[in-house]
Amino acid sequence: MSAGTGPVSGADAGTQRTGRQDARTLARARRRAALRRAVRDLLRKPGGVAGRVILGFFGVLALLAPLLFPAETLEVTRTTQPKLASPYAGYPFGTDRYGISVLALVAWGARISLLVGISATVISMVLGTLVGIASGHFRNLLGAVLERLTDWFLVIPFLPLVIVLATVLGSSILNVVVVIGITSWPATARLVRAQTLSIEARPYVERSRALGAGEWHLVTRHVLPNVMPLVLANTTLTVAVAIASETTLSFLGLGDPFAVSWGKILDDAFGAGAITAGAWWYLVPPGVCVVLVVLAFTLLGRALEEVLDPRRRSA
Amino acid sequence: MGRYALRRAGTAAGTAVFVLVVNFFLFRLLPGDPIGLITRGRNMDADQIRALRAQLNKPVWQQFLDYATNPFSTGVDSVKYSRPVWGLIGERVGPTLLLVGTATVIATAVGLWIGIRAGWRPGQGFDRGSTAVTLLLYAMPEFWLGMLLLIAFGTGIGPLPALFPIGGISTPGVDTSTPAGWLDVARHLVLPATTIVLGYVAEYSLIMRASLVDEVHADYVTTARAKGLKDVEVRRRHALRNAMLPTSSLVLLNIGFVVSGAITVETVFSWPGLGLLTYDALRGPDIPLLQALFLLFSLSVIAVNLVADLLYGVIDPRVRT
Repeated sequence: MSAGTGPVSGADAGTQRTGRQDARTLARARRRAALRRAVRDLLRKPGGVAGRVILGFFGVLALLAPLLFPAETLEVTRTTQPKLASPYAGYPFGTDRYGISVLALVAWGARISLLVGISATVISMVLGTLVGIASGHFRNLLGAVLERLTDWFLVIPFLPLVIVLATVLGSSILNVVVVIGITSWPATARLVRAQTLSIEARPYVERSRALGAGEWHLVTRHVLPNVMPLVLANTTLTVAVAIASETTLSFLGLGDPFAVSWGKILDDAFGAGAITAGAWWYLVPPGVCVVLVVLAFTLLGRALEEVLDPRRRSA
Repeated sequence: MGRYALRRAGTAAGTAVFVLVVNFFLFRLLPGDPIGLITRGRNMDADQIRALRAQLNKPVWQQFLDYATNPFSTGVDSVKYSRPVWGLIGERVGPTLLLVGTATVIATAVGLWIGIRAGWRPGQGFDRGSTAVTLLLYAMPEFWLGMLLLIAFGTGIGPLPALFPIGGISTPGVDTSTPAGWLDVARHLVLPATTIVLGYVAEYSLIMRASLVDEVHADYVTTARAKGLKDVEVRRRHALRNAMLPTSSLVLLNIGFVVSGAITVETVFSWPGLGLLTYDALRGPDIPLLQALFLLFSLSVIAVNLVADLLYGVIDPRVRT
């Protein structure tokens, strides 16, 4: 920053404006370069590569599912196949309790599972970042209340809270997203709060405050850009948690009964007695998909943490 | 220590009040006739309904005070079982503690052992292998792992015979107070406990590894080596002493969550504990039972957290400030 703000001192209004613009373009260029470097480092890490490949595959699968398996193949009334049949030609994963191809179900499940996981994460990240910055920045009653609230939410056991909320709100895709979103933000909020406190203790923030910067300027220009890398790494980890939570909720019968997600397939399989029937083809594919996607997001998140944390980079 | 303990107890009490508030008001958001929700199809005489209505007609703050002063009141019956909820819950505590206790002890021992071996030589063969396996286990939904174990060892696939029972805590008709009965329970315990162990081994070994990796290159470890101590002694008497601090706190904190984490596993294995009861309650939904279970799960986490905090204050006096 200091290199760009240099020419400002002792100049008239015209050059002052260009000086400020210089500073801004310089800061932006530097940020872009840092981002490029981070992305390059990330893509080179084995975890980053594996994560990218797996997620690419499931992303394409989710997009193409309606083309590969037309919606009517999922209709219970249209199928002519035997029920709970082990894999055979054209049905590599066998059929489910109604005689629908498990492969088609799994492909369609990718859409709901990814959609719910990502949307819930957006809610969780926005809430977590807002609460975290606010509770770190405002050292008054508001900050204290938000900090307490974060601590309380961290202590309440996750699964029972999710179950209670889902029961109260009723089951629909939107409600599942909301429930997971509003129960998974406290960990992010705590991280962001700690980072906010550490940034606001730095001399350049004090300098900015001394020069008369307002709260809004401080938060958006100094705190937020420095918190974002942390939020980014946390986002990928939270998607993993959100997808796992969706699977658990659907397995417990709290998901949308009309939306095919991987957890819903597992719930159906469990309910249809797939275990006593030995119908492993009904259980294995949806579970493997969950494991792969959760693993991919976890690997990406860990790789991102390493890239963004200079201490870990050297280790 | 006294002031530290007092402060911690105060925080725990505050959290408990928050839980009571949430538990009271959340269930008020439910649509429909509250009496219908509580009784749901059960026959009640007009006097009982009148009494319930009188209770519900009080001001909300008074209802909350009534609830907060005696949240364990046995006045409300479970919809599904038509019995007082707390009596019902009492019967289920034993099996859950047996399952979760066994699993926690094994998971802690195995997880720490793997984490120590991996973290002491980061980047080497054992570390790479164990990190890959633990990350994979970490990504697995516990109930799915349980179903796989069940189908492989309970039902039996292909050449595999059915080695373990498919569910429940004991074979019907077997007296569980005899040694033969204990053996029967132990056989039923193997698969569900293994499922929980595999899930938590992953978590604990990752935590242990991360805390040990932080210490491996510390100056005091180099000093210990320079003194000529054996590798095992450097690890056990110097590095581990410090690495155990964050790990033990996390393991202690986790115990509170293990109980509610057993909900899905107990469901898969029809283990007659609190988890299966929760599953039954939410399938109804059995609102009074669900409300009581949520309170129990939350309060037990708060209590365990308080104990963990106090223990941590004893282990590491620095946190008392």
